[in-house]
Amino acid sequence: MFRYANPAIFMGLSGVLLPWVSGAAAIALTAGLWLGFHVPPDYQQGMTVTIMFVHVPAAIVAETAYGLIAVASLFSLVWRHPLADTAARAAAPLGAVFTALGLITGSLWGRPMWGAYWVWDARLTSFLLLFFLYLGYIALWNAIEDEVRAARAAAILALVGAVNLPIIKFSVDWWNTLHQGESILSGQIAPVFLWPLLTMALGYMLLFTALWMVRVRTGIVDRRAKSLMQREA
Amino acid sequence: MSGPFASLVLRDLKLAARSGGSAALALAFFALVATLVPLGVGADLKLLARIAGGVLWVGAVLAALLSLDRLYQGDFDDGSLELIALSPLSLEQVALAKLFAHWISTGLPLTLLSPLLAVLFGLPAPAMLALFVSLLIGTPAVSAIGAIGASLTLSLKRGGLILPLIVLPLLVPAVIFGAGAVTSVLDHLSNGALGLLAGFAAASVLLSPFAAAACVRLNLAG
Repeated sequence: MFRYANPAIFMGLSGVLLPWVSGAAAIALTAGLWLGFHVPPDYQQGMTVTIMFVHVPAAIVAETAYGLIAVASLFSLVWRHPLADTAARAAAPLGAVFTALGLITGSLWGRPMWGAYWVWDARLTSFLLLFFLYLGYIALWNAIEDEVRAARAAAILALVGAVNLPIIKFSVDWWNTLHQGESILSGQIAPVFLWPLLTMALGYMLLFTALWMVRVRTGIVDRRAKSLMQREA
Repeated sequence: MSGPFASLVLRDLKLAARSGGSAALALAFFALVATLVPLGVGADLKLLARIAGGVLWVGAVLAALLSLDRLYQGDFDDGSLELIALSPLSLEQVALAKLFAHWISTGLPLTLLSPLLAVLFGLPAPAMLALFVSLLIGTPAVSAIGAIGASLTLSLKRGGLILPLIVLPLLVPAVIFGAGAVTSVLDHLSNGALGLLAGFAAASVLLSPFAAAACVRLNLAG
């Protein structure tokens, strides 16, 4: 684990992996979309069920990205590792975009299903709050000029958010629930819908990984350039 | 009352009362928000009683947010935070003292004012009691989570803009349980909202000093 946290080793490894991960993402997304357009209409939802294939994976990636930020922040605070800061910072805008994508596709799905673009349903609401948590995190990173200080403050905020997130989710569930329950792990989803969904989820995850690697690499290069400039000055 | 903890609490209370009277300003803000809402939604007392719990909770949270910069930013700007850090108290104890003083000068007065505003909203007596109790239990959580946000942004020149963005999403459970306690009384239900709110407040008050102390430490280290 710590061996790969060395920036030089990470640069080498990610440089080799990046084309493969990007290619795999392109293949999985193409296959997932092809499968998605060839499912039979759902008996209740008709063809709008295909929105699920772009909606659910976005939501999964959005949550995973926050988990990644929380774990990286813990590493940053406990072991003071600079790569952990870069890893957390790189994931934040991606996570925010996937959260926004989940919200937008969710509202487009909600229009035919619930008759409104937005309903104050528990999961939609907690996703909206997740989006605001991302915005606050990004804003804090950008607001503090000193990089080390910004990294620590952002890490503390990410951990406070990670502790609070389950409570927020619980409170919003308690407040109202209309969204359908979880149906992937419990096996209630028909296999004909499950396969395109899983392929798309894999594609989204690979896409996130590829973009995240690019951002971490850029972060490392940026940091090097800054330290070189400081040495010059 | 004596000792460094008590004197720090007293110092913060005096500052809240004297320097610009920011404690009183938060109360005025709270009352103004409560006055604006009926002007916006109409004078229907039935509707107002229905939304009173939510409106007054949101108003109290916003009013408390306004006074958060007093917690650390002022002390950081004039250097007194460094002197406080040199005191025999640990930074965690300092954070707890400041949190306590903030609640006494903001959360408690807001709670005491709430029954009066509830009358303006036509809230029946049992629901008014629920609102009072929920604010009494819940405002410490607002101060506690607000203190984390205030300590994160204490060195920022424009921290006032970023602070609500950080703090408000974290305060969602307090608003939901607090306003839910009032609505449940109106609907003659018992849903355990006050218990959940008390749990949330206890956890926030317990954990907040550690997070706030860590933020103060990193800002003083630079």
